[in-house]
Amino acid sequence: MPSDDTDNDRRRFLTAATVVVGAVGTVAVAVPFLSSWSPSARARTAGAPVVADISKLEPGQLVIVKWRGKPVWVVRRDEAALETLPEVTDQLRDPDSESSNQPVYATNEYRSRKPEYLIMEGICTHLGCSPTYQPEITADFQGGFFCPCHGSKFDFAGRVYKGVPAPLNLPVPPHYYMSDGVILIGEDGVA
Amino acid sequence: MSEDNNTKGLLGWIDARFPLSKMYDEHLGKYYAPKNFNFWYFFGSLALLVLVLQIVTGIFLTMHYKPDGDMAFKSVEHIMRDVDWGWLIRYLHSTGASAFFIVVYLHMFRALIYGSYQKPRELIWLFGMFIFLALMAEAFMGYLLPWGQMSYWGAQVIISLFGAVPIVGDELTLWIRGDFVVSDATLNRFFALHVVAVPIVLLMLVVMHIIALHEVGSNNPDGIDIKKTKDANGVPLDGIPFHPYYSVKDLVGVVVFLILFSVVVFFMPEMGGYFLEYANFVPANQFKTPEHIAPVWYFTPFYAILRAVPDKLLGVIAMFSAIVVLFLLPWFDRGKVRSIRYRSTSFKWLLAMLIVSFVGLGYLGALPSTGIRTLFAQIFSVGYFGFFVGLWFISKNEITKPVPERVQ
Repeated sequence: MPSDDTDNDRRRFLTAATVVVGAVGTVAVAVPFLSSWSPSARARTAGAPVVADISKLEPGQLVIVKWRGKPVWVVRRDEAALETLPEVTDQLRDPDSESSNQPVYATNEYRSRKPEYLIMEGICTHLGCSPTYQPEITADFQGGFFCPCHGSKFDFAGRVYKGVPAPLNLPVPPHYYMSDGVILIGEDGVA
Repeated sequence: MSEDNNTKGLLGWIDARFPLSKMYDEHLGKYYAPKNFNFWYFFGSLALLVLVLQIVTGIFLTMHYKPDGDMAFKSVEHIMRDVDWGWLIRYLHSTGASAFFIVVYLHMFRALIYGSYQKPRELIWLFGMFIFLALMAEAFMGYLLPWGQMSYWGAQVIISLFGAVPIVGDELTLWIRGDFVVSDATLNRFFALHVVAVPIVLLMLVVMHIIALHEVGSNNPDGIDIKKTKDANGVPLDGIPFHPYYSVKDLVGVVVFLILFSVVVFFMPEMGGYFLEYANFVPANQFKTPEHIAPVWYFTPFYAILRAVPDKLLGVIAMFSAIVVLFLLPWFDRGKVRSIRYRSTSFKWLLAMLIVSFVGLGYLGALPSTGIRTLFAQIFSVGYFGFFVGLWFISKNEITKPVPERVQ
């Protein structure tokens, strides 16, 4: 009960102090619960690099390698596919991959270490669907990848066309050649 | 207290310790609702019925379902084939989800035409909108559990929406999934949220929705404030006790609803791919997106708005804005007249535009996008948002018909 000799300033200070301490405690307690949603140690281990043998790939063929649970495409592009790359440049949103995600060694027209082999994550940069491979070159579409979910189109280097919802080129994962026919996906390797 | 209620015996003993009679009177026996409720007023009680149905069938489904990336799909098939009556419980639950949205959309439409969101019922509307939001979260997470192709890729797409958030987007999606892709970890947490967390929130919101409603009293098709005219005992002259008048009336609605509901459950539980999509009868495959992916029908209007915008972040913003404007409806409408019966012709035209746009978006959202369809989705999106903007402009100085003092 308030009475005449209530020290209101003291009371207000104590109330505020209690609220602050309580709030700090609440935030601290929230940390373990929220952190428990982060990828577990097991999920992170499963994100370890994978080795793929690509020596048996035919020209034009695409194989899917699983890395971090994602589909990673390895495409052996033939001459016809490589020839389309400079032709479509002016229809692309980010032809030089300036704002897209790829390692330095894949920041080129081919978006790969070797022009012949494209190693790329098969996850659309729009909303995460897996685009389909369209190896045929037609008058309508110069070939590449098409996302069935929202109609995004990509060329044979995974570079996104203008006027589609995907904002960026398809990401290239870190990778290197262990030998001519064997690649490791998930690490950049030395030089 | 017992003295107030004049109850004796066991009831008197309880009333002295728990306000049972008081609560009964406040919410049923002496809750005076306007006497002119019509067809549109069935959907509130029907929503409650479907909520109970979903909770009961859901509890029984968890007894056989396994929230595990390797076992989930098989356990649903096990429920469908091996568990006695399992098919019925599962179809009741899956059909119930769609029925919930049908009922809720009609319930919201009722509020729209009779101005049930207007002062002093803004909080009822807000609680209702939070229920709608919780319901969408509940439906979305529940749809992942069968672990079919559409479950998987639907979740992948919706979680990726959060990737559009600047700077922290990628970290946020990683945190939501608990893995680099939608996986067992995602399935497990969605299961926990679907069966425990969201239902608790939903139930709390429903209680708040009803308490707020019973505090200010129900609106009616004439939009008349029945509390203005009361008899000597303070009972509104145009009010009748909820029980037995509306409890019995709602029973008729329940019977009709259950007949229609049973037809779907027993004869067309997949509803031609609209209630249960065909691609969801194929186990989740993280390497292959189905040729055509579309959300379940109740999300398609919002999905069509997302697709209508050819930019990732702006598309996501447009989609979430479509929900936000609904929340703000009581403040977009600056009019004093509630019911469509006495509102202006321009209001009716705006409402017609909203209906056409919303249904049109819902139709387009279920189809693959092509050039002409995207154009129409853009037109309908403008129509959808146009309703709210238009309402703000016309409602300020709206020419309305005189509202009667009493229910006719």
